Amino acid sequence: MSGPVVDDPIAVKPIAGPGEIMEVSMGPHHPSTHGVFRMDVRLDGERVVRLKPVFGYLHRNHEKIAEHGAYLASIPYTDRLDYLCSMTNNWGYVLAVEKLAGIAVPERAEYIRVIVGELTRFQNHAGLIGFLLQDMGASGTPLMYAFREREKILDLFEALSGARMMCNYMRFGGVRVDCSAEWLDEVRQLVGRLPRFLDEFESLLRANEILMARTQGVGVLPRELAISAGVTGPLLRASGVNYDIRKVDKYGIYDRFDFRVPLGDHGDVYDRYMVRLLELREMLKILEQALRDIPEGPVMDPKTRLRGLRPKAGEAYGRIESPKGELGFFLISDGTGNPYRYRVRPPSMINLTILEDMCLGQNIADVVIILGSVDIVLGEVDR
Amino acid sequence: MLGEGIIQGLVETARNFFGSYVEKDRLTTVQYPEERHTLPEASRNFPFLLYDGTDPEAGLRCVACQICEKECPPRCIHIEKSKDKKPDFVGKQQAYPVVFDIDVAVCMSCQICVEVCPFDAIRMDKEFELSTSNRFGGLLWTKKELAKPNEYYRKIHPVEAAETDERREQELAAAQAKAAAAEAARAAQTSASATPGEASGNGASAPPAKTVVPQ
Repeated sequence: MSGPVVDDPIAVKPIAGPGEIMEVSMGPHHPSTHGVFRMDVRLDGERVVRLKPVFGYLHRNHEKIAEHGAYLASIPYTDRLDYLCSMTNNWGYVLAVEKLAGIAVPERAEYIRVIVGELTRFQNHAGLIGFLLQDMGASGTPLMYAFREREKILDLFEALSGARMMCNYMRFGGVRVDCSAEWLDEVRQLVGRLPRFLDEFESLLRANEILMARTQGVGVLPRELAISAGVTGPLLRASGVNYDIRKVDKYGIYDRFDFRVPLGDHGDVYDRYMVRLLELREMLKILEQALRDIPEGPVMDPKTRLRGLRPKAGEAYGRIESPKGELGFFLISDGTGNPYRYRVRPPSMINLTILEDMCLGQNIADVVIILGSVDIVLGEVDR
Repeated sequence: MLGEGIIQGLVETARNFFGSYVEKDRLTTVQYPEERHTLPEASRNFPFLLYDGTDPEAGLRCVACQICEKECPPRCIHIEKSKDKKPDFVGKQQAYPVVFDIDVAVCMSCQICVEVCPFDAIRMDKEFELSTSNRFGGLLWTKKELAKPNEYYRKIHPVEAAETDERREQELAAAQAKAAAAEAARAAQTSASATPGEASGNGASAPPAKTVVPQ
């Protein structure tokens, strides 16, 4: 965006104090934006007076493609929404189709879904903390530690589904292939090793004075604003709102697991960092319970037609707690082989809408870490 | 004490640094391309077409039913069906693809073509070092580049291939049994009603049992 500022339909509010307002375009190739995302920032000195998120650079027409394809053909596309968490994206979509078509899921498949879903959440949170600390200047060390563990999880995904990131693993009525006993043993071993990683990962920077000075009181998101803006996920819980769809909806078999939902007090960047660290511990609890209880049995509902599924006319909304928040898929069927309407509720995008409110009055350097703490993936924001 | 948290963090860094020399768990990288991880059996990359025997044309399992072309999410498969027919592995007359192209620049390795194929004709390859300097012809794979023998499939996916082979053997045995039964019934019928000369002539050159063409 070049040219004079007066062309802007939203006028700049006059601000007190000396100095001119400078417009900085951060992105779309700024390293802090984790993708192709741009922020139109107006600065008074170093202070942010206005911030406009600009996105759409990665728009791939996801929803319309899905409306022209069969129900099965949309599953690999959902992998590419939030490309770090393809398993949970699959899950959200198949849950919506299962609601729409009234498909039951076998017990073992539900357990496998929980296991891969929580592993996805683990690698997402660990990776996000690594990126956030990198944004703060911890040049790669925490990120490399996080990616080392993520690598082990991705290897397990590859052994199970054939691909590391674009898993395309879940199907309506179950999951595509059964997991072997050896695979489950490997997961058990990994889950046994992860607490040590978490201890180290926590003591690496949790009490670091520089980190605390940098993050505490920065980018505060008040509880009321978070609720009224529709924010979900760790961002909302860091502001002290006890809302986790795993607890609220109990989709799948989440009512069988004993886990807690960590909450923050202040809603600043430090709370978001800590909430995610604590959530990592809770995930391990869920994983241990799921790995202990997983039954034998089929993993696909034998009555389900994957190819040529034609649900009765109607609509359904399936939502899950994705690592980033409430991921919802809204489907309307008109009885044909492809959905009449397909809509994604992407958590990253809705969490981005309050970015300006968190950044106003902060320094430009803090914008980077505030954006980092929101946890966005542009594949999901732009779809 | 101020600075305690920083020191605590540096201890962790040191632990990881020295630990990476002794613990496999802390150093997971390999020196690619000299060293390589072995890929798991389920690993998938791009599809290939299977053929039985040694001739990629005659043994090609694909019958050009075009289900994969229709189901492929990014529509990267292009098939042209033949006018004439050739026998498949149970001896049934089936069409074959005159043209079978996959645009690997479009393919997203989702494996849906493999899942929907009723003839075990298309499978996923593990080969991943596929860069080419020719971005047009080099990325459009034709039937010639796609066809791979069953031995190759057995090599890269041993468990899956064993299951497929067993199923196909059963199908073949069932087809042969059906053909033999049909022939015996016909022989019995002809010997009962017609002249002996005709019956023996029919028995020698009897075609395989009548078959149902899949939809």
